[in-house]
Amino acid sequence: MATQVSNRGSAKAPASSAAAPARPKRPRIPAVLLKFVIAVSSVFLVLYLVVHMIGNLQIFWGQTSINEYAIWLRTLLQPVLGWEGFVWVVRIVLAFAVIGHIWAATLLALRAKRARPVKYAAGNKVKGNYTTRTMRWGGVIVLLFIVYHILDLTVGTLNPHGEHLAVYENVTADFAPSRWYVTIWYVIALLAIFFHLRHGLWSAVQTFGWNSNKREPILKAIATGFSGLLVLGFLIVPISVTFGWI
Amino acid sequence: MKVNLRVWRQKDAVDKGRMVSYVVEDASEDMSFLELLDVLNEKLILSGEEPVAFDHDCREGICGTCSMVVDGHPHGPEKATTVCQLHMRKFADGSTITVEPFRAGAFPVIKDLVVDRGAFDKIIQAGGYISANTGSAPEAHSTPVPKANADRSFAAANCIGCGACVAACPNGSASLFLGAKLTHLGEMPQGQPERWERVVNMVETHDDAGFGGCTNTGACATACPKEIPLDVISQLNHDYLKATVGGRRKKA
Repeated sequence: MATQVSNRGSAKAPASSAAAPARPKRPRIPAVLLKFVIAVSSVFLVLYLVVHMIGNLQIFWGQTSINEYAIWLRTLLQPVLGWEGFVWVVRIVLAFAVIGHIWAATLLALRAKRARPVKYAAGNKVKGNYTTRTMRWGGVIVLLFIVYHILDLTVGTLNPHGEHLAVYENVTADFAPSRWYVTIWYVIALLAIFFHLRHGLWSAVQTFGWNSNKREPILKAIATGFSGLLVLGFLIVPISVTFGWI
Repeated sequence: MKVNLRVWRQKDAVDKGRMVSYVVEDASEDMSFLELLDVLNEKLILSGEEPVAFDHDCREGICGTCSMVVDGHPHGPEKATTVCQLHMRKFADGSTITVEPFRAGAFPVIKDLVVDRGAFDKIIQAGGYISANTGSAPEAHSTPVPKANADRSFAAANCIGCGACVAACPNGSASLFLGAKLTHLGEMPQGQPERWERVVNMVETHDDAGFGGCTNTGACATACPKEIPLDVISQLNHDYLKATVGGRRKKA
C-alpha cells in the first residue's frame, strides 16, 4: 500500500515502519469496538427489560395469572429444551451480555483514567448532563441492585416468603407496607436504571453510527420517553403492593 | 480592571509544575485574554522573571494554535470562541481566573501552558489526506458534489485541530477531531478510494497515541470553538464498523 501512494504517503511509510517495534503498546481492542460491545450487549439487556416489565404487569390480573405465567415461561419450547430450558437460555445470554457490558466499560474507564494523568485544578467545567456523568457509578448501583434482586425474587434467600414459583406471594410479602425500605431501595435502583437507559439508548444509536444532528433531539426524546415508560411499568408493581392496591 | 490570575507554571517537560498567583492591575476590558497574558509577561520580564509561555499565532481564531484551559473551560467559558478571541469584558472586575494547559496524557506539557500536540499530526499522517495526481488541475465540473454532502464536509472541515475536544473530554478522547477529519474527507467523492483504510488507520493511531475512548458525553462538541457537530463521531463509528465488522476494508 505504501508504494502506490504519492508524496504524502511517503511521509507515512517511515512512520509506520518506525511504529512497528512499538506495536505491543497498542491497546488490543480499539475503543470504538469496545463501545460496540457495550451497545450490542445493551440491545439484549433492553429487550429483556421490556419483556420482564410486561410480564410483571400480570400481577394486576391476580395471583393465578402471574403464577401461571411463571410456569408457562418454563414450559416454553419444553419439547426441545426441557423444563425451564428456555429460561436458562435467556439467563445465559443475559450473563454474557452483562459480562461483556461491564468488561468493555471497565476497560474504557481505565483508559480514560490513563488518558488524563493530571487533573484540572479548576475542575473540568464543560457542561455535561447529569445522566452522562453518572453512567459509571450509576452502572455500579444497577449491578448491585441486580445481585440483590436475583437473591430476592429469583433465588429467594432475601425474600420473607421465598418460595419457588409462588411469584404472587413472594412479591406481596417482599413489598409489604412493613418492609417500606425495600420498596424505597427498588425505587432508587429503578431511578438509576432510568438515568442509565436515558443516556445509554441514545448513546447506542450513536455507537452504531446511526445518529445525525437532525435526528439527535428526536432520538434523545424517544430515549427519555421509552426509559420513562419502562421504569414506570416496573415501579408500579412494588408501589402498588406497598400501598395495598394489590 | 483588576484581575487575579492563577497560572500553571512548569519549567520544562520534567518539572512537576505548580499554580502561581499573579495580579494584573491595569487590564483593559477590550483586551483579549492573550493580550492580558502579554501584559503580565511584560511585567514579569521587567522584574527579571521568566514570562509565561503559551502557544499563539493568528490571534483571529482560525489557526488552532492557542490552547489553554480558563476556569475549567478549554478556550475559556465563551461559546464557540478560541481563547485569543475571548475578551476581558466577559470577566468581572476583580475576578480570579485559573489558567491551565490542556490536560491529556497524549498532550505532554512542554512548558507552562504549552503542550505538544504532535499526536494530532500522527493521526493526520495515518489518513488525513487523499491521494491525487499533481500537475494538472481537473475540470471542476467533472466531479459533482451534492450540496448536502458539501455542506457537511465544510462543517467538519471547520476543525482547526486545536485539541479543545481532548481537553474537555472526561475520557481524554480525540474522537471529535478524528470524526471531523473522517467526515470532512468521507463526504467528498475524492475521499472515497481510501475511505475504509483511512478510518481503521486513523482510529489505530488515535488509540496508540494514548487518547481515551469516546463514551458519547458530548463535552467535546460543547467545548469546540468551531462548533464541530457531535454527529461526526457517529460517522466515525459508522465508517469504522463498516470497514471492520462489515468487511469493507480490503486487505492488500
